Amino acid sequence: MGEFLGLPFDASAHGPLIDRMIILVHWLMLVLFTGWGSYFVYVLLRFRRSRNAKADYRGVRNHASSYLEGVVAVIEAVLLIGFAIPLWSMRVNDIPPETDATVVRMVAEQFAWNVHYPGPDGVFGKTDISLISPENPLGLDRNDPAAKDDIVTINQLNLPVGKPVIIHLSSKDVIHSLNLPLFRVKQDAIPGQSIRVWFTPTVTTADIQHTMARKFAVPSGKVPDELASLVTLADYTGKDGQVVLAKGASLTDDVLPALRDAGIVEVVLAPETPTEIACAQLCGLGHFRMRGFVTVQTAEEYKAWVADQEAQISQ
Amino acid sequence: MSEAAPGAHAGVHTDHHAPPGFWRTYVFSQDHKTIGIQYAITALLFLLFGFTLMMIMRWQLAYPGQSIPFIGKFFGDANAPDGVMLPEFYNQLGAMHGTIMVFLGVVPLAVGAFGNYVMPLQIGAPDMAFPKLNMMSYWIYFVGGLTMLSSFLIPGGAAASGWTSYAPLSVIATAGQTVWLFGMICLITSSLLGSVNFITTIFQLRAKGLSFMRLPFFVWAQLVTSFLLLLAFPPLEAAGVLQLMDRLAGTSFFMPSGLVVSGQPLAYSGGGNPLLWQHLFWFLAHPEVYVLILPAMGIVAEIIANNTRKPLWGYRSMVSATVFLGFMSFVVWAHHMFLTGMGTVISSFFQATTMIISIPSIIILTALFLSLWGGSIRFTTPMLFALAFLPMFGIGGLTGLPLGLAPADIHLHDTYYVIGHFHYVVAPGTLFALFAGLYYWFPKVTGRKMNDTLGRIHFWFSFAFINGVFMPMFIQGLAGVSRRLYDGGAMYSHAQGVMHLNVFMSVCAWCLGLAQIPFIINFFWSIWKGKKVSDNYWDATTLEWSAATSPPMAHGNFATPPEVYRGPYEYSPPGSGRDFLPQNKPEEAR
Repeated sequence: MGEFLGLPFDASAHGPLIDRMIILVHWLMLVLFTGWGSYFVYVLLRFRRSRNAKADYRGVRNHASSYLEGVVAVIEAVLLIGFAIPLWSMRVNDIPPETDATVVRMVAEQFAWNVHYPGPDGVFGKTDISLISPENPLGLDRNDPAAKDDIVTINQLNLPVGKPVIIHLSSKDVIHSLNLPLFRVKQDAIPGQSIRVWFTPTVTTADIQHTMARKFAVPSGKVPDELASLVTLADYTGKDGQVVLAKGASLTDDVLPALRDAGIVEVVLAPETPTEIACAQLCGLGHFRMRGFVTVQTAEEYKAWVADQEAQISQ
Repeated sequence: MSEAAPGAHAGVHTDHHAPPGFWRTYVFSQDHKTIGIQYAITALLFLLFGFTLMMIMRWQLAYPGQSIPFIGKFFGDANAPDGVMLPEFYNQLGAMHGTIMVFLGVVPLAVGAFGNYVMPLQIGAPDMAFPKLNMMSYWIYFVGGLTMLSSFLIPGGAAASGWTSYAPLSVIATAGQTVWLFGMICLITSSLLGSVNFITTIFQLRAKGLSFMRLPFFVWAQLVTSFLLLLAFPPLEAAGVLQLMDRLAGTSFFMPSGLVVSGQPLAYSGGGNPLLWQHLFWFLAHPEVYVLILPAMGIVAEIIANNTRKPLWGYRSMVSATVFLGFMSFVVWAHHMFLTGMGTVISSFFQATTMIISIPSIIILTALFLSLWGGSIRFTTPMLFALAFLPMFGIGGLTGLPLGLAPADIHLHDTYYVIGHFHYVVAPGTLFALFAGLYYWFPKVTGRKMNDTLGRIHFWFSFAFINGVFMPMFIQGLAGVSRRLYDGGAMYSHAQGVMHLNVFMSVCAWCLGLAQIPFIINFFWSIWKGKKVSDNYWDATTLEWSAATSPPMAHGNFATPPEVYRGPYEYSPPGSGRDFLPQNKPEEAR
């Protein structure tokens, strides 16, 4: 059913639970719709005027429908009490301790996601709106000792795999909504409030890319739109050893002849940035392009990334 | 409930003076029938206009960044330079499409037009209780509508913060939002005047013998709808005034402290809360959903009883379910706000009320489905639309379930799934019911019937294309594609697999537009050239058909005040050998 519904790849620990909920409800919907639908079609054929010239004043004489309504009510109650409430409670109440988690602040603005890491000291530096400038979108006070090691990025959220993430989410201007579809996370970012949202990424972005990679035959004519947005995961070389299509590049119309000359008939392509941040709440004219990226890395890669960022701050 | 007859309407004929002139007859009329027709024509024009906005948006979704053919150059450089729509303009079209369809199209047609025209006739009343208030209600609606339209012409264009107008975005938006708020205040005032009038009329002006349990279901639907409008709209009117104050007087009802827009701190004292707007808005806008759907159910019920030639199955449970639905609709509003940072207790409450409110909807829908059993079904044009309403509203209702359960809503909230869901309720749901009503009561209003061949063409093409527009939205939503994106989500990786559907949906939307041409031709042609029909063309039992002429008398509706002897749907009564027994036909000696 999940396949049939076309739900995106699951990349967080709680994602399968949410998907299970969606799938269960859709089973209920499917059963009700097919049941009602078959009844409907039967009745329209059976009781059409040419077949049934005289209507029956009383019609249905039994109370089967009351029992059916009762059954639907019970199923809804089970879905609500057995699945929905516990799952919601897990999402908003069972937040892991910050000491065991990657903690970040995310501050949305028209039309970007500011990401604020506390750095090795684990303490967020002070911010002040009077310090806000194009170079300092969060108004971080670098004179505050706690702020000295803080990492600030725009539209880029790096996370280590397998460790819970706690995001303190807020907004500078209007209401935005942090949408991480592959992680089954969505939370409104509301100015004047800081809301905690958490999840545990279970797969690295690179692994997701490899899982989502598909083999495609090299097109004979133009590159269709659905391939143009994908990238290669390895170099493709010609007979002379020259790279015809580099790793990370997209298929374009002009490389097709070279690929054909090299005898390459199929290529493996995957989404360039499978784990994205989208804005889910209308926030103005740039709402559609308020896009960011999540990069889930192995613990070592993440450590290296943090070290690299720290090195840039101290420069 | 007592079966005793309420008092016959006092003073049946109050107007024995000279016939009013042109203005009083056709423009500033106080006759509920003329006002109903005024509402119908105005609302149909707004529906066409609101739909046109969407057809323009669908170009941008299907072919992002490409010049709009034929009409692109008429939008001006501020909206669409070289015919290419700007994101600002896209947002205006989106906000105004929603506003126009809901507040200027569907509600005025369902309540203002059908309620005004049909309800007094169905209860045997000479007119509405307050004819002047009725006229005022229409004209305030008309002014509100013109106000909304005018906002396209001002610098910065129309409102662009969605029909929901969430603060702070709406508070810092261009002047179009101020015009939107003034327009909304007019529309709300109009609805309030209308609802007071409907309630009073239904309580006070029922014909002798017409007890509450003998009311046609349509009247019950209008009664509950009026209570919803009366009780739910005032909070939004207040909220609208507060937002106007935030915009014009610098107050901070919805503005928190420390806002920084484009790097500049805003000059608001702060201390307000943007969520207050959402609570006030949805406190109206959820009951509003039932304002959109209940009159539609009422119309469908009338047409199903008439065209199955048997009584509605479970009339009493339908009435109880409708009243219960009305009450419950006031305690589900925050299910639109699960992702605003809601804790477990509050979210459990609103999830529970949402599951509970699904039960009366299921009861009404089940009763309508079961009413078909044992019938002798005539597939007339209105019946086709009424029958299509059932599965279409079914899809709309069912897809509400995953949205009403908060954890599933995490993935589906603010995606195309939501758009698909509420459009199935309102477009192939309510709008189909309204079309059913237009075909059904057209002979009542004009004395002529609409052409059935054109009606069937209209129905089948509309039915096919409207599903082509909305069904793929569920697929896009499940894939996680956000709504309200200027390019339909084209830049997002997770949307790539479902982007190709946009062309299909847009073509269906334009074809749906073409499919309305037979209706428009049929409508105008039939007014003058349609086949003349008898007073009770459909062999119906309710008073508007059985006791009044088609069209009804200009003043007072009935030659003699009708008296009611039985329930509303005495079709194929046992033992009588008759096909139907009108409500006003006296009992025969046995």
